[in-house]
Amino acid sequence: MMAMDQTLGILFQFYQSLLVVLLAPLLTGWVSQCRAWLQNRTGPGLLQPYRTLRKLFHKDAVIAHNASPLFRITPYILFGCMWLAAAIIPIIAVDLPFSPAADVIALVGVFALARVFIALAAMDIGTAFGALGARREMLVSFLAEPALLMVLFTASLISQSTQLPRIVEALAHHQFVLYPSLAFAALAFVIVLLAENARIPVDNPGTHLELTMIHEAMILEYSARHLALIEWASSLKLFAYISLGIALFFPHGIAEVGAMVGNWGGALPLAITALLAKLVMAGAGLALLETLLAKMRIFRAPEFLGTAFLLAVLGLLIHFLLGA
Amino acid sequence: MSIPFTTQFINLLASVLLLIAFAMLSQRRILSLINLFAMQGLVLALSTFVVAYSTAQHHLYYSAALTLLLKVLVLPWLLHRLIRKLNVRWDVETLINIPTTMLVGIVLVIFAFNLAAPISQLSESITRGLIGIALASVLLSLLMMITRRKAISQVVGFLAMENGLFFAATSATHGMPLVVELGIALDVLVATFIFGIFFFQLRETFDSLDITHMEKLKDDNS
Amino acid sequence: MIDLQLTALLLVPLLGGLLLAAFGSRSWAAELNSLMSFCTFAASVALTIRVVEAGPQVAFNEQFFIDQFNVFLVALTAFVAFTTSLFSRPYMRIEQHHGKLTTSMLHLYYSMYQLFTFTMLVALTANNMGIIWVAMEAATLTTVLLVSLYRTPASLEAAWKYFILCGVGIALALFGTILLYFAAERVLGHGGTALLWTHLNQVKGDLEPTVLKLAFIFLLVGYGTKIGLVPLHSWLPDAHAEGPTPVSAVLSGLLLNVALCAVMRSKVLVDGSLGTHFAGNLMMGFGLLSVVVAALFLSRQKDIKRMFAYSSIEHMGLITFAFGMGGPVATFAALLHMTVHSLTKSAIFFAVGHAVQKAGTQQMENIRGMLQISPTVGWGMMLGTLAILGMPPFGVFASEFLIITTAMHDYPWATPILLAALGIAFAAIFGKVQPIVFGETTAKPLPHSPALIPVFAHLLLVLILGLYMPPYLANWYRQAAVLLG
Repeated sequence: MMAMDQTLGILFQFYQSLLVVLLAPLLTGWVSQCRAWLQNRTGPGLLQPYRTLRKLFHKDAVIAHNASPLFRITPYILFGCMWLAAAIIPIIAVDLPFSPAADVIALVGVFALARVFIALAAMDIGTAFGALGARREMLVSFLAEPALLMVLFTASLISQSTQLPRIVEALAHHQFVLYPSLAFAALAFVIVLLAENARIPVDNPGTHLELTMIHEAMILEYSARHLALIEWASSLKLFAYISLGIALFFPHGIAEVGAMVGNWGGALPLAITALLAKLVMAGAGLALLETLLAKMRIFRAPEFLGTAFLLAVLGLLIHFLLGA
Repeated sequence: MSIPFTTQFINLLASVLLLIAFAMLSQRRILSLINLFAMQGLVLALSTFVVAYSTAQHHLYYSAALTLLLKVLVLPWLLHRLIRKLNVRWDVETLINIPTTMLVGIVLVIFAFNLAAPISQLSESITRGLIGIALASVLLSLLMMITRRKAISQVVGFLAMENGLFFAATSATHGMPLVVELGIALDVLVATFIFGIFFFQLRETFDSLDITHMEKLKDDNS
Repeated sequence: MIDLQLTALLLVPLLGGLLLAAFGSRSWAAELNSLMSFCTFAASVALTIRVVEAGPQVAFNEQFFIDQFNVFLVALTAFVAFTTSLFSRPYMRIEQHHGKLTTSMLHLYYSMYQLFTFTMLVALTANNMGIIWVAMEAATLTTVLLVSLYRTPASLEAAWKYFILCGVGIALALFGTILLYFAAERVLGHGGTALLWTHLNQVKGDLEPTVLKLAFIFLLVGYGTKIGLVPLHSWLPDAHAEGPTPVSAVLSGLLLNVALCAVMRSKVLVDGSLGTHFAGNLMMGFGLLSVVVAALFLSRQKDIKRMFAYSSIEHMGLITFAFGMGGPVATFAALLHMTVHSLTKSAIFFAVGHAVQKAGTQQMENIRGMLQISPTVGWGMMLGTLAILGMPPFGVFASEFLIITTAMHDYPWATPILLAALGIAFAAIFGKVQPIVFGETTAKPLPHSPALIPVFAHLLLVLILGLYMPPYLANWYRQAAVLLG
């Protein structure tokens, strides 16, 4: 029975890792497709990110003469970090072999690691845009990271654990309770998600306007397979964030491996359907949000992220006071 | 986890009240400020109603109705009229340093929670803990009054503070006796009228509703 | 039963307010104002006699409560309100003559004056702590437009400050009242009786100490703003200096007392619940700070009404300190000081008001030689100043003497501070008033003869209280002191 569980677990972990890496560009495509619909455009189609990736992989890489090895390895590190993050967040089932690694603080650490490398790589060539992008990225992240941590703390306080699977279990498998603190945390999380994934009120992934761009400024020097990996990593990051949001705030439907033994037909398709439905909803919601909001001046971004921090702290305080 | 649903709902409303207090603290536009105030009144009326329902205190239904009438309809209507007549409808206030204000606000919330903690321990009523939120929103409104330079925003802060007090009364004690509540409501209404008269006098004298004109009375030069 | 007297006491000023709201612009409005105030005073005397004969009583479904403590304040309030109305009759006419006031402003003044008296009397006699709060807030509302009566920039600023600061203060007091109700509800059950002071007083030992402690802090800070305790005092000098003088007189002489009365009601409950000297210590701290800060500020003043406003802060601080010390002697002294301060301070404001009218300015350096142009105003000011500075044989001397000797006995460390502050205040006020009274004059005669009877009537009373305390009055104070512990 135990052996069976473990084999199944490893199998699941393998499938999930594969699933996220393949599914992530699709989610990005879905978001841009929704945006196109909302803006009365036809849109490039759901598979456009895959086409872009294929095109980039077929090109020859051009690298600046003064680029250091750091510049070359960064895309791989980035991709690895994001893949790891997306793979350990419980999206289909909770007690997988990697579960002990899925600690929320470690997760924030993984994101931070990726960020440090991309910022270093951006400054590596020594162009003005790279340094500017890195500086802006750091400005945004130094505000977004504490807010994200506060959100995660609120969730961990409710479930008495910083392990994501435990949090999901605690939140999903109890009777329904209104958590005002969690509602605040969810709002804060949405803001952090927008900022961290270079979405619209903070950054615009679709333009290369030097006055406003943040993320794009950092990767201007990359081309071909390096750029492809970075783009793929960005998709994975968005996927990771959205699945983190799902795990924290809408965990209903995530299965337990144990429950699936002998119940192949029931739990797994249900979990996958639930996940897909939630991803589709989240993507559409994100597109809607991006359409409704206007890009704000870069100097307003700290205020915007400050709001996230405030909301998250309020959630935390309310949890302490109301116990809910 | 066997908290009844009504309590959860009141907790949620209390949290929204606190959120609105913060939103008011950072709101630059006077019109939105008044709308936020009306929204706060609505949340207040709703929570009073829920408390009345869950504790079967009939006089609280009256307070809920009174709140709805006074704080959601009459006072915002009066304020809207005032800003239209004074032609300050689209005024935007320059607030200095919102992040700092927010941080001070968070510190105030922590302070209020700490102050209210021993009281919350005592309460066996369903709404323990809310008194801390009420005190926090009172203090936040106070902070808003301090940071604002426009007379109207100060008055909205004053009225919001009264909202916080009313919330304290309903949540901690299931409402004061009706006589007292009526008296308080009357006072608030009269105060708003007097504030209205004041606005006109101020504008007539200073040509502005900016209270920075009114920092002349000091001990040295008078 | 005292229903009849109480009804008369409360209805007369309310009716007066309504009548004057209707007829306030008539030429006889000032006389009507005085008449209504006199009727209120008569009703208060009747009520006092009744309570002295029959002891503490509740009335109107227990919503009102009269005992020895508040009935003496009711009588004092009604009396000073009456004499102030006498004073304001010529004073306001002169202001009108000088073009500072219009008939419609006077209209507002008369009706608000009566309503202000009404709210103060309700605040004093109410048994329900919630009603006390409502009345205190209403008292602010009725006076705020009086402070800004002249519509000058300075008066508007003062009124705005007064409104906002007292509004905030009183809101904190409401929070204190809610906490008090919260504690009471657990003992007395839900409903109307849990805010009634008489009921609270019976069960004060059972009230939850932690809650009451917090409630008292809020109540003291809240009502303390109205009393003008440092550091919550900053509205007081402005409001006194910029409002019309009769309003300064009633604010200083009466409203501050009423707020103090509300604090004392709370203190009795808190002492009973805590069994410690917590409330007293808090009041002593605030009181002492007020005395010292006000004394230091006195010497910096250039505006005469502002200076006497600071003197009010100083004396309210002294009274708060004395109440804080507690015990029969200190409380007795505090009550006596409340009486003589009200009488003296309002008398001073009457005299100052006329002096300012004669000189045409409130700046002290421009008011000179009052004695030359009008001996009565000059002597009124001089005697009033000597009285308020605690010169024997005036009553202020007696009460201050009692307070300081008690302090020397119970809290020796506070005595030098008090004495130093009183000394500084003496030097500051006397040094400034002396050239105003004596010396060459620049003042002009007035178009209406000033009303100086109230000034001398008040000073005479203060003198009598200093020389000889009628036994029934002493007994009365003693009973009130016992009630307050």
